[in-house]
Amino acid sequence: MASIKEQFEIPGTLKTWSYALIGIGGAALLYGMFTKGFSSDEHEQVHFWGTLMYNTIFWTLVTNAAMFFLCFSTMAMAAWMQSFRRIAEAISTLVPIFGGITLMVLLYVVLSHNHHIYHWLDAEAVAKDPILKGKAGFLNPTFFVIWTTLTIALWSYFGYRMRQISLEADVAPMDAATAHKYNVRSMVRSGFFLVWFGLTVASTVPWLWLMSIDAHWYSTMYSWYTFASSFVAGMALIALWLIYMKNKGYMELSTSEHLHDVGKFMFAFSIFWTYLWFSQYMLIWYANIPEETIYFKNRVQGAYKPIFFLNLFINFLCPLLILMKRSAKRNFTLVAFMAVLILFGHWIDFYQMVMGSLMKEHVSLGWLDFGILAFFVGVMILMVARSLASKPLIAKYHPFLKESILHQV
Amino acid sequence: MAQKKFVVGCFDEEKVLFPAVKQVRAAGYKIKDVYTPFAVHGLDHALGMRETSLHTAGFIYGITGTTTAISAISWIFTKDWPLNIGGKPHFALPAWVPIIFELTVLFAAVGMVMTFCYLCQLAPGVKKHHFHKRATDDLFVMVIECTDKTNTDDLKALLSSNGAIETDVQVAEEGWWFGTYDKEDNLYNEKQLA
Repeated sequence: MASIKEQFEIPGTLKTWSYALIGIGGAALLYGMFTKGFSSDEHEQVHFWGTLMYNTIFWTLVTNAAMFFLCFSTMAMAAWMQSFRRIAEAISTLVPIFGGITLMVLLYVVLSHNHHIYHWLDAEAVAKDPILKGKAGFLNPTFFVIWTTLTIALWSYFGYRMRQISLEADVAPMDAATAHKYNVRSMVRSGFFLVWFGLTVASTVPWLWLMSIDAHWYSTMYSWYTFASSFVAGMALIALWLIYMKNKGYMELSTSEHLHDVGKFMFAFSIFWTYLWFSQYMLIWYANIPEETIYFKNRVQGAYKPIFFLNLFINFLCPLLILMKRSAKRNFTLVAFMAVLILFGHWIDFYQMVMGSLMKEHVSLGWLDFGILAFFVGVMILMVARSLASKPLIAKYHPFLKESILHQV
Repeated sequence: MAQKKFVVGCFDEEKVLFPAVKQVRAAGYKIKDVYTPFAVHGLDHALGMRETSLHTAGFIYGITGTTTAISAISWIFTKDWPLNIGGKPHFALPAWVPIIFELTVLFAAVGMVMTFCYLCQLAPGVKKHHFHKRATDDLFVMVIECTDKTNTDDLKALLSSNGAIETDVQVAEEGWWFGTYDKEDNLYNEKQLA
């Protein structure tokens, strides 16, 4: 163990790229904000704030998925991910940052009563509308603000506690009793996160943030669908960083065996996402009730048709056929390619979930979308690299580390 | 019904077994198999076994299931017996997906189990020779195939020097075999236990 590199030094090219992305993206973001976001035209406003919303929500959920991965692995006493757990931890340090942006954007939308985005903010319309009146106990500004703030604060806090306990494994070797106590404490901490995750991502938060854009419409599959989408993208992001670090000569203890299991998660949860996609679509298609089919009207038959089926092609057919083989999941180049494809595919998925409801007539995908995406990617690269550089890359006295080194699929 | 001669070496520990496997293979002998009480990680690599093709077979069975389902349902519902179900089009792909999925899984699962049994030569009535009564119980049993040139004494000595606690030479049927031995092998013998 003496020869492994524990300290990550950020390469110059990575800094250059991330600053360039932040620069370009930040310029697009600010230009969009002043020309569209604060313009008097409501279509321009909806275009800007909707675009910013789906980007920031997507990246918050994706980075939070890294912490979810750590927590359920800890809960299941999984050992195999210990050799690269610092990557997942580094990705999860973005939750407070992206969560903060999400919070600001959502609070702005709700507190400025932008009812073109959230129809339920229009008090007059709600008063006349029996369906919205029935939902008013849940869909109201007070609850939205409190729950959103609480959600992001607790994700950040429980995530921070998980990262702190991981640092304890750097200090000194543990004897059996200490190691046992350490494991129990880790599991308790991950339990807090998991329960809160279940109450938010797996249920209320997608309803509040995304599904309530179509205020009348609802689907019981929606939260799981959003969760699956963000989780598979989160695993793709972990795979991407793992491959990057391996390429730079770090993470010697993680091998193609570990990559294989990350690849399995990418494969399995792509199928899981499709299962939810289909369950949501098929029931609505079969029942054929107008207030339910309205969601798919412009997506399957209207302007969003190409995007809607591209989404299914990238996120289902490609992972199914390309990642199915064992050798594909152990191939660093192929997994890197698929990780980028899956991240892009689920970004497109979030795009059609939000913009497909906000701008029904035409597809707005353009400079603003890619500009804001560049900004978030730039921030993600820079902050993950910094977080990786600030701590040892291996939790070297973790009780499960040896099992992770020996991991064989 | 070809009978073959085998040299059998029994080991009682995993960490003795691995170097022994390496030594025996390095000496040029052909290991038929190692019977272990539990799945030993890395033993297949140590034995130099090739990757199984069972999953490729599974993929082909799955595709067959998909094709069968799609062609059967589309023929039934569009050509043979078109029905108006809730005003849906006759070619109603979303409604068929669950059935297509189930048939894919069914074909893949049944096909793979049958292929697995065939490859392992398992079927009702097929006899299997037990090289040691404690194999798969608490003993690691290495079975080495002999050729005309094999000196069984040398091989036994090699096994013993590598930590085998018991060695012997057996003649057994290899492959598919529906017959019986002259003397039935009692796996569970009370007298022996007592």
